[in-house]
Amino acid sequence: MNVINFVNAFFSDSAHWHGYDGIPQRLLEHVQYSLLALGLAAAIGLPAGLLTGHTGRGGNAVAFVATAARALPSFGLLVLIAVAVGIGLLPVMIPLVVLAVPPILVTTYEAVRSVDPSPVDAARGMGMHESSILFRVELPVALPLILSGLRSAAIQVVSTATIAAYVSLGGIGRYIIDGLYQRDYEKVVGGATLVALLALVTLALFWAAGRLAVSPGVRRR
Amino acid sequence: MNGFFDIPSDLDNTYFGLIGLHLREALLPVLAGLLLALPVAQLCVRFRWLYPPVLGVTTVFYAIPSLAVFVVLIDYTGQTELTVMIPLAVYSLVVLVPAIVDGVRSVPEETLAASTAMGFGPVRRYLQVQLPIAVPAILAGLRVAVSASISLVSVGALIGNQGALGNLLADAQKYGRPELAVNSVLTTAVLAILCDAALVLVRNLLTPWMPRGGTRRPKAAAVRQGRPETEKAAAR
Repeated sequence: MNVINFVNAFFSDSAHWHGYDGIPQRLLEHVQYSLLALGLAAAIGLPAGLLTGHTGRGGNAVAFVATAARALPSFGLLVLIAVAVGIGLLPVMIPLVVLAVPPILVTTYEAVRSVDPSPVDAARGMGMHESSILFRVELPVALPLILSGLRSAAIQVVSTATIAAYVSLGGIGRYIIDGLYQRDYEKVVGGATLVALLALVTLALFWAAGRLAVSPGVRRR
Repeated sequence: MNGFFDIPSDLDNTYFGLIGLHLREALLPVLAGLLLALPVAQLCVRFRWLYPPVLGVTTVFYAIPSLAVFVVLIDYTGQTELTVMIPLAVYSLVVLVPAIVDGVRSVPEETLAASTAMGFGPVRRYLQVQLPIAVPAILAGLRVAVSASISLVSVGALIGNQGALGNLLADAQKYGRPELAVNSVLTTAVLAILCDAALVLVRNLLTPWMPRGGTRRPKAAAVRQGRPETEKAAAR
């Protein structure tokens, strides 16, 4: 068996390129699920991480939430919620958000907490408000680390969003699950390749975001 | 709790049998990943230019969904535990390499110079100075790897009952017994938390010089100990 042959066969089959089961459609669905899950997770993890990191309080709570969320199996959660509430978007979003919150929360907390205290003290001495200290001093310095947390969450979400297909939604997982049941390895390998490519694009996007958003003064390495 | 611990007979296992199987399928790959990651990380520390490409390649591996890897591997290893364990080993490798590299790199120059001055050779210096100082970073990586591994074993249920506790999920749907799914998720989560606690204990035993009392250390101390690097490793 040759993986390269499978990839080749999958991508050169024109039937895979249009229609409801076409690659553009599946890719679009996959990106939609991933963005929604990452957005929800960031909406939970970023404010909580910034606040606990800035005050230095609740570190144990952050560690506990992260450990508990990491302990929950994504696939098990998917099946459990699907059994409980039926199939739909909810059984997909809950495991993905649970998966993405710990890296965002922990890195944001650690990033803000480990900002060099002297500029923070200087800002406080200059009479800056606590909120401006957080957003204008701590956030810019912590940004590279915060982005790395978001990046690792995004890559895990992109890879795991394939489980959406298990509860009869679309996305690239369709190829993998359908290929598995149809014993069509070409489809499985093609789907896996698409996910890996999407992860590479995600990496590149975060690299570009880092170049654009991180102030030159705090760039490291 | 009606039938909560009644395991369907098609799984050929008791409740505790499934737990043992699950732990074996989850922890052996992490061990293999650690044994593989130590030399790879050492090479990355020794040759700096090697680190970015290694990170890139491992990140791509990490992004390939486990289910797809299982399906491709079935042709070689059949529907066995090995098929489930190979991708898990690769995933833990991805988490552990940056953790070890960042940990070993965070050893202060003066410490290395001091050990060299005391007559330590490179091997002894690595084993007795660099590795112990890197332990907190390595253990942070191990905690992530172990939790992820325990939760991923369940996916093996999709390739023919190789998912240990995850097989309960398939049976929950097959026999319409949702309590089996609850049992599976809860037991897996408890296993992950217990293993995590065990790793914290190991870390505390291995680093008697570290201050105790959890995360509430003053900011200045956190900076001096190079915490950002450590947590970055943990987050990946």
